[in-house]
Amino acid sequence: MASVTFDHATRVYPGSETPAVDALNLEVADGEFLVLVGPSGCGKSTSLRMLAGLEDVNSGRILIGDRDVTDVQPKDRDIAMVFQNYALYPHMSVADNMGFALKIAGTPKAEIRQRVEEAAKILDLSQYLDRKPKALSGGQRQRVAMGRAIVRSPQVFLMDEPLSNLDAKLRVQTRTQIASLQRRLGVTTVYVTHDQTEALTMGDRIAVLKDGLLQQVGTPREMYDTPKNIFVAGFIGSPAMNLGQFKVADGKANLAETHIPLTREVLDSLTAEDNNEITLGFRPESLDTTTEGDVGAFPVTVDLVEELGSDAFVYGQLANKEAAQAITSGAGESQMIVRVDPRRPPLKGDTVWVKIREGEQHHFSPATGLRLPS
Amino acid sequence: MPAALQITAASPDPALLDLPWHIPLEDWPEDLLAALPRGISRHVVRFVRLSGRVIAIKEIGESVAYREYALLRDLDRLDVPSVVPVGVITGRRAPDGEPLDSVLITKHLRFSLPYRALFSRHLAPDMATRLIDALAVLLVRLHLTGFYWGDVSLSNTLFRRDAGEFSAYLVDAETGDMHPQLTRGQREYDLEIARVNIIGELMDLEAGGLLRDVDDTVLVGEMLVQRYNELWAELTEAEEFSSADRWRVSARIQRLNQLGYDVGELQMTTDIDGTTVQIQPKVVDAGHHHRRLMRLTGLDVQENQARRLLNDMDTYRVATDQLGEDEELVAHEWLSEIFEPAIAAIPRNLRRKLEPAEAFHEILEHRWYLAEKAGHDVSTQEAVASYVSSVLPNRPDEEAILGLDTATLRAISDTDTEIGVQR
Repeated sequence: MASVTFDHATRVYPGSETPAVDALNLEVADGEFLVLVGPSGCGKSTSLRMLAGLEDVNSGRILIGDRDVTDVQPKDRDIAMVFQNYALYPHMSVADNMGFALKIAGTPKAEIRQRVEEAAKILDLSQYLDRKPKALSGGQRQRVAMGRAIVRSPQVFLMDEPLSNLDAKLRVQTRTQIASLQRRLGVTTVYVTHDQTEALTMGDRIAVLKDGLLQQVGTPREMYDTPKNIFVAGFIGSPAMNLGQFKVADGKANLAETHIPLTREVLDSLTAEDNNEITLGFRPESLDTTTEGDVGAFPVTVDLVEELGSDAFVYGQLANKEAAQAITSGAGESQMIVRVDPRRPPLKGDTVWVKIREGEQHHFSPATGLRLPS
Repeated sequence: MPAALQITAASPDPALLDLPWHIPLEDWPEDLLAALPRGISRHVVRFVRLSGRVIAIKEIGESVAYREYALLRDLDRLDVPSVVPVGVITGRRAPDGEPLDSVLITKHLRFSLPYRALFSRHLAPDMATRLIDALAVLLVRLHLTGFYWGDVSLSNTLFRRDAGEFSAYLVDAETGDMHPQLTRGQREYDLEIARVNIIGELMDLEAGGLLRDVDDTVLVGEMLVQRYNELWAELTEAEEFSSADRWRVSARIQRLNQLGYDVGELQMTTDIDGTTVQIQPKVVDAGHHHRRLMRLTGLDVQENQARRLLNDMDTYRVATDQLGEDEELVAHEWLSEIFEPAIAAIPRNLRRKLEPAEAFHEILEHRWYLAEKAGHDVSTQEAVASYVSSVLPNRPDEEAILGLDTATLRAISDTDTEIGVQR
């Protein structure tokens, strides 16, 4: 087992002006489950493929443990790409299906058996080892395929969107399985996905990329609670964070009839480039319903109520039509999302007054996109 | 809910609409299905007769289906041997409203053979070597165009006879990726995946008692790596020699042509005093013979078949004393005097046995045996007559493998249906 280090690792595709991955610095600790996440074209898969040895590193280095593998061929890196291929061989026993790569490598029989048995125990497949794949359920077959990677005991597991081909239900099941299996094995794992929910639920830490640049890396909680910039704020969390463009005057953030007091520290950190504006972020669950006269309250017209049983979300707009477009969220332009009491949801067309809960708003500089101290 | 069904296809066949998309592929009625064997698949695959041809239908996720469809179209456009995509169907629903997986539809490759069928039929003593050679050629071709396969295996390949050898076709591009140019890491990793998969597939046949004439499965897998590396080097490596040996420039081009490749560009550099020359070929396209035959005769056949036919045509040119004649004119004459009469002499009921070009290749082989036995030359007409009466009737139909002996069919279907493979 080993750590993984990206040291100013850069990949520029031939013929391209801008790097697909730009001076990536990232350390994955021994045994850690790190998720690379971001929209398509952000460089997450390229980063993984650089680690796998499938993409050249144009500058910088990649280390596995203390070993510089920048110019080492993929098969000599002691890594395993999981889920590339999970077709099972029908005539071979489950044990042979798991161990055949070791047999090819010339590993002694007794050792193969021992490693297969160990892997089978972790995968709950012990009693099936001598059966044919035909006798297994779909889930068990998938575990046999994982067993193939496990018996090789690689230093690092690499997974590139392994769940993208599964239906929604199986995806959630397999997600949990992979995460718990990784923790039992304790093998350093780098996992790529475009789905932030997958990232939040699976990773010990998450690295968010955009346009080839690392935006932020941290635990799911850190990413959710203290996003470093507007992009991470909007990307992490489902439903997404509401982001609003406010005018700064009289020590307050102002938008139409809404006036939200700002702290001295926030006001001091704004610069001339921000042009007396500020971006406020607030999650749907950071809003409380209140009444019209309350300080900082603003009216939202309800377009749609999504009832999920344990939760209910209002999708709406600021009642003031001109100001409405200043607020956006993952639900679309000039939309706002509010979590409301599922036992007393408003109706479509209602106007609800909401207010950001004290201390739960995020401040960003409109000029740089960066988080401001608060 | 048929209204929600969405068909994406370059030239949609209205008959597609008549298929029971509201039923999971696994449960499709027997009478629709064409019984064709297939490799090991992760997905449910069914072969269906449609408007006089056979199509392959694979159930996969929507985004993956569209991706693979686009990739296969790209490969088709680049003239890489691969299955031809027909379309993608999404928005399938069961009558109870339950959504069903999207499907990718491809044309069934006529006269193609999956490796499992080939191995269990005991066709030639060095079957494994021939298949590996064909796969190495395909992999080199894919890599030259910038295609990273990601899951090279015998199961993901179909084989077609090609003048006694085989040519390989890519069937499954699900894990593939198109790049402007592959890195060495990508090529080597693809090759490593291929090696492990092939050995695994052969070990599986061995475990099932279906493998003949192969003693060491690991060695066969390693052979692929060796063949691939040899071919790659011949096609791409720079060569250096003294400027007195300039004949080596045309020799290299000829060697590449013989291998079936056209040279798009040859970079030639000399050192300052001009004593050594370095050449670096840039191979553009495989299919040198294929294209030459196509230009001369309009026949669309495979590379080795084309080479065989061209050889016969060249011999004809010499034999009829037409060396000074225009190549096109001789080709036309050869086509109408030799090739077409030979093919026309094959009775209609035997035409499903072999592709015409392959049959012609076998006739030429047969002529050689007859001549050797007789101790003198035998005309092509005589050879055709003898071939049609004594050889061809004993061959199985290969247009679409339906005539597999039943024992083989059972061996394949018994073990495979559970893993989503159709008989």
